[in-house]
Amino acid sequence: MSGVMASGGMGAGEPAREAARLLRMRRRRTWSVAGWGLCAIGFGLLGIAMGWILLMVLLRGFSALTPTVFLEVTQGTGGGLLNAIEGTLVIGVGSMILAVPFGVAAGLYAAQFSHTLFARAIRFMADVLVGVPSIVLGYFGYVTMVEGLGWKFSLAAACITIAILCLPYICRTTELALSQVPAAMQEAAFALGAGEGLVAWRIALPVAMPGVVTGILLAFAISVGETAPLIYTAGWSSYMWNGQLVGSPVGYLTYAIWAFINEPFASANALAYAAAFLVTFIVLLISVTARLVLLRRQGGR
Amino acid sequence: MSFRRVLAVFAAVLPASLIAVRLFLAVYSWPAVRFNGLGFITSTSWNLGNTYGSPIVRNGVQVLPGAHYGILFLIAGTLLSTLIALVIAVPIGVGAAIFLAEAVPARFRMWLSFFVELLAAVPSVVFGLWGYAVLVPLLGHYVFPVMGRVLGFVPFLGGSTGSGSGLLTAGIVLSLMIVPLIAATLRDAILAEPMVVRESAAALGVTRFEAVWKVVLPGVRKILIGVTILATGRALGETMAVLMVSGNALNYLPPNIYSPISTMAAFIVSQLDSALQDPTGLAVRSLAEVALVLSVISLGVNTLARLVLYRAGLKAARV
Repeated sequence: MSGVMASGGMGAGEPAREAARLLRMRRRRTWSVAGWGLCAIGFGLLGIAMGWILLMVLLRGFSALTPTVFLEVTQGTGGGLLNAIEGTLVIGVGSMILAVPFGVAAGLYAAQFSHTLFARAIRFMADVLVGVPSIVLGYFGYVTMVEGLGWKFSLAAACITIAILCLPYICRTTELALSQVPAAMQEAAFALGAGEGLVAWRIALPVAMPGVVTGILLAFAISVGETAPLIYTAGWSSYMWNGQLVGSPVGYLTYAIWAFINEPFASANALAYAAAFLVTFIVLLISVTARLVLLRRQGGR
Repeated sequence: MSFRRVLAVFAAVLPASLIAVRLFLAVYSWPAVRFNGLGFITSTSWNLGNTYGSPIVRNGVQVLPGAHYGILFLIAGTLLSTLIALVIAVPIGVGAAIFLAEAVPARFRMWLSFFVELLAAVPSVVFGLWGYAVLVPLLGHYVFPVMGRVLGFVPFLGGSTGSGSGLLTAGIVLSLMIVPLIAATLRDAILAEPMVVRESAAALGVTRFEAVWKVVLPGVRKILIGVTILATGRALGETMAVLMVSGNALNYLPPNIYSPISTMAAFIVSQLDSALQDPTGLAVRSLAEVALVLSVISLGVNTLARLVLYRAGLKAARV
């Protein structure tokens, strides 16, 4: 470009214009370099914050991990976290048992009959439900089940509340996975005389299975990391789960983080960090696994 | 019944639960709505009344003498902390997205993006723990006093800098929680912009950054607006992290940016125990009204975000 400019006519005032052009060029270059710099700083800040949070949880949490944490139940502000570990897993599995059939069904409907009004309604409602603050769902669980049905703080109330929370995630990831199943594959099955049900069960779902499983895994991670709705529905218990669905509270790890960091005792704070380590470890492990499953399927990007 | 019918019945659980949540909250909080009236959102006073007094009847509702519920301070705390979070998060998110999409070699892009997305998976109570144990002491002891002295002449930035728990701290923690959403969505959008757009810009003689800033970024403007609104909804409803770093102020509006605040979501958690002391149950119902107001606001914000994103052609936004 500059070659074209230079070979142009050299009339009067040309050097001055050339100097102005160079100045403008330099200013633009400087601005561009500064722009890249600012973008790098933005990413850097994000990276530093991420590293800081993870490092704090891993270092402080790891040093607080003792065999007692895994072997004993909480006693006052000390002891272990066995009750909370069990509670977190029971709540997670229980809410998945409730959420998966309905969430997958909603996703299946939205994908297979995607042009119907009901499918569009499901998609929109799922997106709106994602936006409902989790504490609002918790309060709903409290009003209807803990108080209204007289279940008290209980496993059932916790699982149903968390299941509602997870429904839209499962629905949307299922739909996304199904929408990537080649239409020709399903049309071939229809041409052979298969019905809608057969095509969905034997063609679409098996092909989309990795995506569906990913969604369920991510929903499980959410149930492990949730706190606010559980405070209102599961309560807290220092004992192991007694097998009751209603009537007795359940302990869980995220409560231990929130409640024990405020205690003035070192033993309680250590339990909070240990719980934070376990929660973060489980959630990140699931997220990484889920992403790797997806990435392998998509062949990376 | 046909397969489609059976499937529809199962699928209907999702919309039904959303409607049930709103309906039950509205019905349950109705006595509180009637008693509190419009003053609920225009006055600053959360007062259970005399819990030892005998209940009286007002507006057809049983209440304790002296009871008054006004949550203007919660609305202010929620909106201000969200505003601060957006002011911090949007520039960082845009910068990080451009960096990831345009500056990083494709080989590393996947891993660095992955790192950003992990931040989105960290549970909010862990953010709260970090804020409580690391950020609050750091800001309260070192950063805020200096800020107060240097920037004291600016309104809202001067005055008592407090302990570190407060509006600005809550805003910072919230911003960290919404940045990954903004950065990841915008990165995907930038990557999806056709290469020919960049090439045409380059042919006109612009620098690479100018091509990104003035050609590619305006192309994804709608997605940026949509995801910012989506992030707003996320910040408005965030509970645990805010609860742990906001100082949980009761019944006053923040005089400056360091002042303790409370948000609607955090308040619902922190006040349940004391609300249960009210034998008439009006306090618990008023908390339900807080949840109702919060869910109405977030419904509006999210609907707006989805409409913008749908129109921008982003069918499945990151959830």
